[in-house]
Amino acid sequence: MKLKLKIWRQDDKDSQGLFKNYSLENVSKDASFLEMLDSLNEQLIAKDEVPVSFDHDCREGICGMCSMTINGEPHGPEKATTTCQLHMRHFKDGETITIEPWRARAFPVLKDLVTDRSAFDSIMQAGGFITARTGSAVDANEIPIPKEIADEAMDAAACIGCGACVAACPNASAMLFTGAKVSHLNKLPQGKAEKERRSLLMVEAMEDAGFGGCTNVGACEAVCPKSISLDVIAHLNRDFHTSSIKKILNF
Amino acid sequence: MNLDPKIPEGPLSEKWSKHKFNMRLVNPANRRKYHVIVVGSGLAGSSAAASLAEQGYNVSCFCYQDSPRRAHSIAAQGGINASKNYQNDGDSIQRLFYDTIKGGDYRSREANVYRLAEVSSNIIDQCVAQGVPFAREYGGLLANRSFGGAQVSRTFYARGQTGQQLLLGAYSSLNRQIGLGKVTMHTRHEMLDLVIIDGHAKGIITRNLVTGAITSHAADCVVLTTGGYGNVFYLSTNAQGCNVTATYRAFKKGAGFANPCYTQIHPTCIPVHGEDQSKLTLMSESLRNDGRVWVPKSKDIAEKIRAGHLDPNSVAEEDRDYYLERKYPSFGNLAPRDISSRSAKEVCDEGRGVASTGLGVFLDFRDAIQREGEQDIRERYGNLFEMYNRITGEDPYQTPMMIFPAVHYTMGGLWVDYNLQSSIPGLFVGGEANFSDHGANRLGASALMQGLADGYFVLPYTIGNYLGELGVSAAGSVSLSDPAFAKTEKLVRERLNQLLAIKGNRSPRSFHKELGQIIWDYCGMARSQSGLQEAIAKIDELKHEFWTNLRLNGRLDNLNPELERAGRVADFIEFGQLMCRDALMREESCGGHFRVEHQTDEGEALRNDQEYSFVGVWEYKEDAKPVLHKEVLNFENVQLATRSYK
Ligand SMILES: Cc1cc2nc3c(=O)[nH]c(=O)nc-3n(C[C@H](O)[C@H](O)[C@H](O)COP(=O)(O)OP(=O)(O)OC[C@H]3O[C@@H](n4cnc5c(N)ncnc54)[C@H](O)[C@@H]3O)c2cc1C
Ligand code: SF4
Ligand code: FES
Repeated sequence: MKLKLKIWRQDDKDSQGLFKNYSLENVSKDASFLEMLDSLNEQLIAKDEVPVSFDHDCREGICGMCSMTINGEPHGPEKATTTCQLHMRHFKDGETITIEPWRARAFPVLKDLVTDRSAFDSIMQAGGFITARTGSAVDANEIPIPKEIADEAMDAAACIGCGACVAACPNASAMLFTGAKVSHLNKLPQGKAEKERRSLLMVEAMEDAGFGGCTNVGACEAVCPKSISLDVIAHLNRDFHTSSIKKILNF
Repeated sequence: MNLDPKIPEGPLSEKWSKHKFNMRLVNPANRRKYHVIVVGSGLAGSSAAASLAEQGYNVSCFCYQDSPRRAHSIAAQGGINASKNYQNDGDSIQRLFYDTIKGGDYRSREANVYRLAEVSSNIIDQCVAQGVPFAREYGGLLANRSFGGAQVSRTFYARGQTGQQLLLGAYSSLNRQIGLGKVTMHTRHEMLDLVIIDGHAKGIITRNLVTGAITSHAADCVVLTTGGYGNVFYLSTNAQGCNVTATYRAFKKGAGFANPCYTQIHPTCIPVHGEDQSKLTLMSESLRNDGRVWVPKSKDIAEKIRAGHLDPNSVAEEDRDYYLERKYPSFGNLAPRDISSRSAKEVCDEGRGVASTGLGVFLDFRDAIQREGEQDIRERYGNLFEMYNRITGEDPYQTPMMIFPAVHYTMGGLWVDYNLQSSIPGLFVGGEANFSDHGANRLGASALMQGLADGYFVLPYTIGNYLGELGVSAAGSVSLSDPAFAKTEKLVRERLNQLLAIKGNRSPRSFHKELGQIIWDYCGMARSQSGLQEAIAKIDELKHEFWTNLRLNGRLDNLNPELERAGRVADFIEFGQLMCRDALMREESCGGHFRVEHQTDEGEALRNDQEYSFVGVWEYKEDAKPVLHKEVLNFENVQLATRSYK
């Protein structure tokens, strides 16, 4: 395959970025999208130019590190697929592909296609856990959990923290991400004790980090590589509102 | 080099509890005076950092990714072992211990393995308490599956994402401690050297991967949980950033490196597609519970399949060779990894391989789908089938999957004693980075167990003991003004500048690829004396070329992934040679190490217990060959036997 690439280049956090055009030949249709970029970088090195920086690690769709918007869509055209799992067979010979970083206030660009997503970690640090000190646990089978509940918790827990939901949202909201974690933990009996506290603290942290509010656009669900459902947002809203009301009444 | 394993006295089953009792405790009020560095945030690192912080120590934790949650533990699919015996199928600590020793081909230390089996149950309890959504039965109790090399169902799993869920569990405990201010997390930081003061590990040098800043960090002790070195092969199931740098730098500072040649080639990976391939994807071995492995009996049929002239489904039963079931009737498709991988290589060497390259065998679900229905199979392996489909474009419900072995895990690592302390005092090593529990071959679902055992249940005690021995007056006494920091920092900076200054013609990746090919060809599934000698010579040449012909663009003080890669490749090159030396030294076949000179008439591995029942530990020598030391393995509780899975 032959491709034309239009890629966002930005030297560092404080520089102005711009799109640059590249052309690339002999791309195998079995190559992954990132392998295609590897080839481009090899070509750039050969020409004594600075290669394109992008985030990636596992290259098997699970670490959540890869993050780029391809032809306007976070993670590109395939449904439920991360950039690293996207293969060139889904593009046409001669096609022009536009590649840019996640765009969101809470995810500043660090270089080229690399953004800073530490705001996600700060949401998790605020309440994305069950307090269970090492060594304090009871026997695992003492807490029977109906299979349906365990399965639902697992569905929500499948989030890889990539940030595509934020990149896709016109408000750059992190509700799908936060909802996924809250649903995972709040659904389980082990997570009930801290349910209210967790919902409040995580939503607060989300707002503090500069993410926007949710206006039910649904773009997040459409691009999520792990098919996290909008239900998690409903769940989060419910738990958040109950907690807020209780908090108000307590005062 | 002091290789005293410090195995506690007494019967095997009492060693750990007695040892825990005998260890020093640090008074809770004094713990906050100590500072511990944990490099790595995978299962071993996150769990250790969180548990140490819970106990009250101050912890700094480092990882090269942008979040601790992305450590490569996240990619583990299949499951985690524990001797819970929830299935009432005869499992016990004793049996898990025995299976692990046998699976490791009698090349691991009894006392460590027993402790691992002993704490395995606590791990599951801990993870459930954290909210890890393990698979459950309809009654609400935990479900189990069986895994290669075991005849009981002791594997706990969370769909095909067990590693992810366990890591998210550990990450959540870590987050809680970060939120409480007990752990300071340094993401996008790579450790580039270890700092030693008065013979003890007291700090590290890192590079901030975003700004390029090179910084010193001081502590009362250092823990390395930096994962395995499988990427020495270039193509592997590891993440792109997995490296040997942290452990190799420690090796260069005097830590013994144990059994580097013990590497595991996993039998069920997706075959290579072409030149620009950058990694190999594992299909969880749990697939072997229901999939049947076969190749055609004849070369002719195999050739037709390769050329696309014959649909594998139409190959008649009598023309199929279910070679694992034939050769190992009692374990069949669940034969251990090394055996399964080597068998696949054999049939492909005979010209009976499938896939366009001839390097592939079938893993066929036809019978399982007929027996249990597509729905059941979908429930069990749906996400794995999807992943396969995404990568290859083929549908495994219709056409048999194709698999081929790939490098997956490294049993070798920094040598540690029973306390997981390396040969450098104050340097502790956990998870895949140490050599400790798997001998010459690791059983499926046992790495997650070991990482969490080390991090939750071993290191927090043994580190406390070390710190207790230092005494409170020493706590926090290491200062960055110690000249050792400035000196090491300077060396790190010089090395990076040297890499940037070569200005040759070849990219870091091209060197990595070439190294990987050498290691795969000569130090992969089958190794020979002449091949290994050749590899050692070739690596010398490659090293020379690297340091004279490398081309790097970009700056030191900016995000520069090629510079990162170059640094890692430089270490892999030297380390690859160490691996070959170790493989050459070990004149026997055991576990993942197969020397063609040492096999039975039937082609099975031939161990040499008389001469090689030891851990091979290498000591670095400046400008000279590394020196071998031996830790002799004493087996008091198991009888050494020929490993048989027939
Ligand atoms: C695809 C795959 C599937 C697997 N499936 C299973 C399974 O089903 N069951 C099982 O038991 N095992 C499985 N394993 C093995 C198991 O996942 C690993 O052995 C284990 O997770 C390793 O954990 P760890 O904590 O030692 O290292 P890792 O999780 O690799 O973590 C390493 C950490 O160190 C950091 N790091 C590394 N180098 C540096 C440096 N120089 N400076 C700073 N930080 C650094 C990284 O950022 C990371 O945080 C699988 C492995 C793979 C690759
Ligand atoms: S919810 Fe989906 S898109 Fe958002 S971070 Fe999680 S996996 Fe990525
Ligand atoms: S690189 Fe890990 S999800 Fe894409």
